[in-house]
Amino acid sequence: MQSLSMPHGTLPLLYTFHFYLFGFIAIGSALLFVTRKSPVAAALWLVNTMFCLAALYVMLDAQFIGAIQVLVYAGAIMVVFLFVIMLLNLGQGEIHDARGTGWKLTAGAVAIAMLAQIFALTKAKTPINLTLPQGFAAKQVADAGAIAPVSGPLFHEYLLAFEVTSMLLLAAVVGAVVLGKQRGEEDAR
Amino acid sequence: MLPLLQAAATAAPHPMSGTVAQWLWLVPVFPLLGFLINGFFSISTVFHKGPKDPSASHGDDHAAGHASGHGDTGGGHGDDHHDVARHKLAGLTSIVGPGVLLLSFLLTAAIFFAMRAAGGGSMTQPFVQRLFSWMPVGDMTIDASFQLDQLSMMMTLVVTGVGTLIHLFSVGYMQDDPGYPRYFAYLNLFVFFMLLLVLGGNYPILFIGWEGVGLCSYLLIGFWFSEKANADAGKKAFIVNRIGDFGFLVAMFLIFANLGSLDFGAVKEAAPGLGFGTPVVTAICLFLFLGCAGKSAQIPLYVWLPDAMAGPTPVSALIHAATMVTAGVYLIARSNFLFAMAPVAQIVVVVIGALTAIFAASIGLKQWDIKKVLAYSTVSQLGYMFVGVGSGAYVAGVFHLVTHAFFKALLFLGSGSVIFAMHRAYHHTGNHDDAQDMRNMGGLKEYMPMTFYLMWAATLAIAGIPPLAGFFSKDEILGALFQRAHEGSTIASAHLFGIPGSLWLYFAWVLGLAAALMTATYMTRMMIYTFHGPNRTGAEERKHLAEAPMTMTGPLVILGILTVVGGWLNIPEFARFLGPVGGLDHWLHPVVGEATEQVIAGTHEMSPGLEYGLVGLAVLIAVAGIALAWTRLKPEALVPKSQSPQEEGFERVLLDKYYVDELYDAAVVSPVVGVSRGLLWRGVDNGLIDSLGVKGSTYLAKFVGWIGSQFQSGRLGTYAWVLAVGVLAVLGAVSVR
Amino acid sequence: MLAEALFFSAVLFTIGVFGVLIRRNAIIVFMCVELMLNAVNLTFVAFAQAYGVAGQVFVFFVMTVAAAEAAVGLAIIIALFRHRQTVNLSNINLLKG
Repeated sequence: MQSLSMPHGTLPLLYTFHFYLFGFIAIGSALLFVTRKSPVAAALWLVNTMFCLAALYVMLDAQFIGAIQVLVYAGAIMVVFLFVIMLLNLGQGEIHDARGTGWKLTAGAVAIAMLAQIFALTKAKTPINLTLPQGFAAKQVADAGAIAPVSGPLFHEYLLAFEVTSMLLLAAVVGAVVLGKQRGEEDAR
Repeated sequence: MLPLLQAAATAAPHPMSGTVAQWLWLVPVFPLLGFLINGFFSISTVFHKGPKDPSASHGDDHAAGHASGHGDTGGGHGDDHHDVARHKLAGLTSIVGPGVLLLSFLLTAAIFFAMRAAGGGSMTQPFVQRLFSWMPVGDMTIDASFQLDQLSMMMTLVVTGVGTLIHLFSVGYMQDDPGYPRYFAYLNLFVFFMLLLVLGGNYPILFIGWEGVGLCSYLLIGFWFSEKANADAGKKAFIVNRIGDFGFLVAMFLIFANLGSLDFGAVKEAAPGLGFGTPVVTAICLFLFLGCAGKSAQIPLYVWLPDAMAGPTPVSALIHAATMVTAGVYLIARSNFLFAMAPVAQIVVVVIGALTAIFAASIGLKQWDIKKVLAYSTVSQLGYMFVGVGSGAYVAGVFHLVTHAFFKALLFLGSGSVIFAMHRAYHHTGNHDDAQDMRNMGGLKEYMPMTFYLMWAATLAIAGIPPLAGFFSKDEILGALFQRAHEGSTIASAHLFGIPGSLWLYFAWVLGLAAALMTATYMTRMMIYTFHGPNRTGAEERKHLAEAPMTMTGPLVILGILTVVGGWLNIPEFARFLGPVGGLDHWLHPVVGEATEQVIAGTHEMSPGLEYGLVGLAVLIAVAGIALAWTRLKPEALVPKSQSPQEEGFERVLLDKYYVDELYDAAVVSPVVGVSRGLLWRGVDNGLIDSLGVKGSTYLAKFVGWIGSQFQSGRLGTYAWVLAVGVLAVLGAVSVR
Repeated sequence: MLAEALFFSAVLFTIGVFGVLIRRNAIIVFMCVELMLNAVNLTFVAFAQAYGVAGQVFVFFVMTVAAAEAAVGLAIIIALFRHRQTVNLSNINLLKG
């Protein structure tokens, strides 16, 4: 891969092309995901979206995050989803479970409104002194590797959050086990 | 105003202050005490274990008939249909009720003599007794004050004197009525208010009395209110009165706005400042007359008086003959200084008075109920009084007021005796016929001789036969009217609707003569049908017809004497051989003299020949009326009411009172009721307030609650929606900025 | 690249919102939520390139929490399915009324 630390405005065309490619594939997969009848198909399209996102992360100088995306999100979370879908044997879905046309239109309107608002927000100007110089992230990666820039702050400034998160995970594991347990006689009616 | 009176008081002490006149305030207070005590008797249930008051349905025998119903059963004499029991405290009430009135009368008489001693007719300043300051508001200071001058003295004597006699009569008449104390309480309250009216020192106090007598009239007319017709009659009286009261109030507002005070003395002083004949003073007088038309039953507000016969007969005698209905005449006499300055208003008063006189007399010609005849007779005679005071002959009008009080009270009480006897007769045989209908009477002179003679005396008086009282007073009115028309006066010079006042006055004079003719006729007719001819009551009942007890006949006798000698109060010039001339003229001179002179200023007296001619004409007419009735009417041709044929043609119109009540009903009452029911009740009350307001607010509350409840639907989809919308809102708030 | 990344992220996010509002299958709705989280992650990473590595650390935590949440949420859905034999959100309405 060519070096990504390019001066501003002189990114190689290939890079830009790939960026857009992965972006639109992500969007397309997401659209397909939302409109599939079958939960399995939908899940698989979501997996595709996540892959594209991972690619985008890598292109944004967050290679570690990209790797984690594939490993954790696509590889663990979506797998769990698929397990559950298959466990519940949902198949094609009882009935087409989208709401009616009126709902769709209204939801569409809400979505477009939200999109517009977010765009408006992106136009906001950020203070100059917070902005890093161009190519700073790429330089970091080039210097210390992909993992070190992330793990450093993780174990230093954000240590507390790290520990708390581990407790959260513990709670989640316990909760999931308890919730998933069969209750015996008091079960399903 | 007040400074004026105070100045008058301090300048020279009134000749009457310090005499018994200082107890003037007791004169109304005695009846007030009577009211309180009798009222206490009436409402205290400790003593009252008998049948409840008011008595139950009085007489199905008094069905509506041709006029609105009357519930007078002449003493509540029992038949199987209603409970009757003499009230346990009736004895005490009989002492308290008439007793306080007798006390009042004696005190009044004492004050009268004190007044005579202080100068009588030459006492120029009224005796004002200021009790307390009632309404000091900004510019306006209204005191609770009594004003005693010759006019109010006159009225007070009449009210307390005739009142005492009627109270005594009622002791016998109402003896078996379960509502006995209540009756006397109301009667006493009435006298209290009437005394406030005539003794009041300013217009507001007069107005309190005015309203109060209207109230008591309502209470007493509807005394047997368990019958709807009686209650309706009471309501009618009160409501029609109210229309007049509105006029009175507007007049008071105008007086205060233009003159700054409502005291009689102050208004009299300031009245010339309004200007002679100006629209303001004419308006004031016309509105005052509207009040009088309501209270004294003139056209167009007379309709309540015939219906008022639904009350007990003594009530009719006191209130609707002698006192309350004369309040209007008193008011105009009291406001003489205002009326003398508004000749146009005077024309109006005279003309309406004359029209009322003849209108009511014509209706009286065809009534069958004895009380209705007397009621219309009262309306007619009141018309005469207004002709008198309207034409500026205040003395004549007040004179007729006094004599009318005597003979009309006598007539009413006499008819009460008749009805009492008829009822007693019917009670013995269980008959339910109408005891007040003349077709059921006849030939009563054999059974009730004393009543017969006394009523003939009153009939001759009202017809105007000399030397009885009515002749002098009626003749004086007609004479004064003719003088003002013929010899000229401020009234004759004025114009109403372009027609000169003199023409109006002549017109009124002619009407007055015609009404006199009719008066003589219908009164004789009443006497013939009631007392002469064969008896139609029924063979069985005849055995029980008898004279009323002495408690009832006694007051009749006294009134009879007054009827005969009452004319001596104001003997005219041409009859000076009878006694002192113009007693009332001199007596009332300080009060009304100025105004009277203002009206006839510059004119000369009628020539004696003209005067005698007029007098002769009046007597001729009276005799002609009596003869007309005597010769043309055949009591033998009458049949009892139950078998009587229906009236035809114009007679029917007279019987049905020219359908005036029906006209009012269609023109005024029905539209008002219709608007009230349709628009105000259904439209506004039901539609607007109930539906929109009450139900609307419940709907609103429920709706708001429903909206709130939608947020807690328990449905995840809804929650997601709300989330999305919330995010939109937050983002919007941020991004818009 | 920041602007483009933000654009993609915004679109993905709204698609996720659309899906949450439209679908009635609980699992699909859940996956839409995951999509939204991913879109946010993209935003963070894009900003990390411009403003510092804290963005990537945050993404780390988001992923962790998302994993925990997915586990617990799916356990809940399984329990729900055992009781009501359905994952249709319209039928899961015991709290209604």
